[in-house]
Amino acid sequence: MVYLDHAATTAVRPEVVADMTEEFGHLGNASSLHGAGRRARRAVEEAREGIAEALGATPNEVVFTAGGTEADNLAVKGLFWARHQADPNRRRILVSAVEHHAVLDPARWMAEHQAAVYEELPVDEVGRVHPEVLRAAIERDPSDVAVISVMWANNEVGTVQPIHELAAIAREYTIPFHTDAVQAVGAEPVDFAASGVSALTMTGHKIGGPVGAGALLLTRDVDPVPVLHGGGQEREVRSGTLMTPLLRGFATAVRLAVEEREEHASRLAVLRDDLVAQVRAAVPDITLNGDPAGRLPGNAHISFPECEGDALLMLLDARGIECSTGSACSAGVAQASHVLIAMGATPDTARSSLRFSLGYTSTAEDIKALGEAIAPAVERARAALRKRRP
Amino acid sequence: MSLRVLAAMSGGVDSAVAAARAAEAGHDVTGVHLALSKNPKSYRTGARGCCTVEDSRDARRAADAIGIPFYVWDMAEEFDREVVQDFVAEYAAGRTPNPCLRCNEKIKFEAVLDRAVALGFDAVCTGHHVRMVDGRLRRSVDIDKDQSYVLGVLTREQLAHAMFPLGDCTKAEVRAEADRRGLSVADKPDSHDICFIADGDTAGFLNQRLGDEPGPIKDESGEVLGTHNGAHTFTVGQRKGLNLGGAVERRYVLSIEPVNNTVTVGPREALQVDEIIGSRPVWSGCDPITEPMACEVQLRAHGEVYPCQAWQHDDELVVRLDEPATGVATGQAAVLYDGDMVLGSATIARTARREEAAPAH
Repeated sequence: MVYLDHAATTAVRPEVVADMTEEFGHLGNASSLHGAGRRARRAVEEAREGIAEALGATPNEVVFTAGGTEADNLAVKGLFWARHQADPNRRRILVSAVEHHAVLDPARWMAEHQAAVYEELPVDEVGRVHPEVLRAAIERDPSDVAVISVMWANNEVGTVQPIHELAAIAREYTIPFHTDAVQAVGAEPVDFAASGVSALTMTGHKIGGPVGAGALLLTRDVDPVPVLHGGGQEREVRSGTLMTPLLRGFATAVRLAVEEREEHASRLAVLRDDLVAQVRAAVPDITLNGDPAGRLPGNAHISFPECEGDALLMLLDARGIECSTGSACSAGVAQASHVLIAMGATPDTARSSLRFSLGYTSTAEDIKALGEAIAPAVERARAALRKRRP
Repeated sequence: MSLRVLAAMSGGVDSAVAAARAAEAGHDVTGVHLALSKNPKSYRTGARGCCTVEDSRDARRAADAIGIPFYVWDMAEEFDREVVQDFVAEYAAGRTPNPCLRCNEKIKFEAVLDRAVALGFDAVCTGHHVRMVDGRLRRSVDIDKDQSYVLGVLTREQLAHAMFPLGDCTKAEVRAEADRRGLSVADKPDSHDICFIADGDTAGFLNQRLGDEPGPIKDESGEVLGTHNGAHTFTVGQRKGLNLGGAVERRYVLSIEPVNNTVTVGPREALQVDEIIGSRPVWSGCDPITEPMACEVQLRAHGEVYPCQAWQHDDELVVRLDEPATGVATGQAAVLYDGDMVLGSATIARTARREEAAPAH
């Protein structure tokens, strides 16, 4: 099997499996007051401290969640509610047009069902939000912006945003700025304090940790209204029994990902460049989407003209090569990617695209297998589309 | 010989067992669910439909259980153009279309088959209750579930790439087999009605698209007997829904004239026809017949079979029934049979009583 879909999820690292396996052998709820509870609490707090240290945060800035989607919902909804309660004039939610659905959908839901006004920040043809675009959007009325959310790096096309500049602008106006850094941790240098953001989403399973553990890093000056109410865990911001074994594994994954980041990123970038070169050699008229320079090292998002991405995916899958159309599915049907559309692509171009994403288990053999399989697959997929649209 | 087979999986029990049988026969099978609606409803209403999100999930679970790859193909654009719009246009023209037949002809064994062949597949497999013997279509052994009529429109070339693994058993046997194979769709109710009219209200669906302008209901002499809310909601042979009040004798719809929005009614005897002219003749079971040949014809789904003489004259099919039939609607298919074998078909364009009609040749 040639797995080229690490941006969807990546293999759990053996060190993480070992830590979680050991922790699953222990009994105890981290909120209990007895010995077993104290032991679990210690494991949770050590995980929190490890994650904080690796990402330039303080332990009390780490709010554990069940993953990226929950952290994004907490940031967008919770920060909107807090800001709107403090001043009902604050209604605007500014989000980039290329956000993951975990940000876009809560923001749109808030506009449809709550007092929010949804506003998208346009991107350029490589998917980048320009700082002056954010400034102009705020300047239209600095007093009515409730919250801003721009992702650190795009999950589909891999474009890395100028987060420090964007966060600095938001800070000038004292507006909380959230970033979804799910794809950035382990690939880009992520330092929470230095970035200037107020809230940062991350998750375990993109970096070799378990699915089901994530975090929202929150500066002490923002206080979102909870989405989950209950036992009051996590600074009363996120109730729910702490999942001690997952958090231990999560922390191990974060530590390793950050420690090894530079070496890992440069290895992936070499493989990725080779992937693009081999695919281009086989199919000369491809285009690489996203920022050619400022992009995630493991991401290659490619449009294959006159092809349908889902047909290509199926043909590659039949050859044991696994990749993604990169866009959201509705009942299993790939929709034209909102990210590519926001970058100015036509729906046909958007549908002709595949995302190949690399991770720590990727090898040169994987790239070679794709290089060999891609030309015949494209030829067939093109013949199928010609049948469909003569 | 092992073939690369694309199994169209609706989420129902028939297509699941068909895919399982094809895989068990040693073919390299890939399951595909066809998404036919741009905005699929999340939950099916009753037993209807084959294109809800839930049906897609059922199909996926069946593919998992069989152990074959599974994908969803978006055919919504083609389905809307070839089936839904055609359905509306046919009613607007005063005919009575059969959308299931149209879907088999234009979607499953054209759009899907063409795409499949281009992508390297040899055949499309479905859960229809029909048999294929030497490339010819025959009725299922389960005569109540036989679907040869809605496939009678397929050409020999289309049939050459078709696989129907269920024709040799009954529906009850298919359900029992699904249960034995651990397919959770074993007890799923049969789908019926028209899948793209979720609430089953065909008249409402047509009114929404064609308007509900009132028009006259007349008898054969031209006398106005009542009014209706749109000629397109009627079918030749229909008796219910005329609301003619105190009419002494029962009246039936004889014809529909969309141009002047008129529905003509009359007694049952006036419905009798014994000559049928069909357009677009297709001969899948034999070479084109140009001299009168004794065979049988079926004029609607689950309808009666009539002994007849049939032949092709120019580009039309002529069918002369031995005894008159009633309620023959234009737009339906006339499917010719020799015993249980499909010979060919055509779309009913006109009907006549022989003594009144000019001879066809």
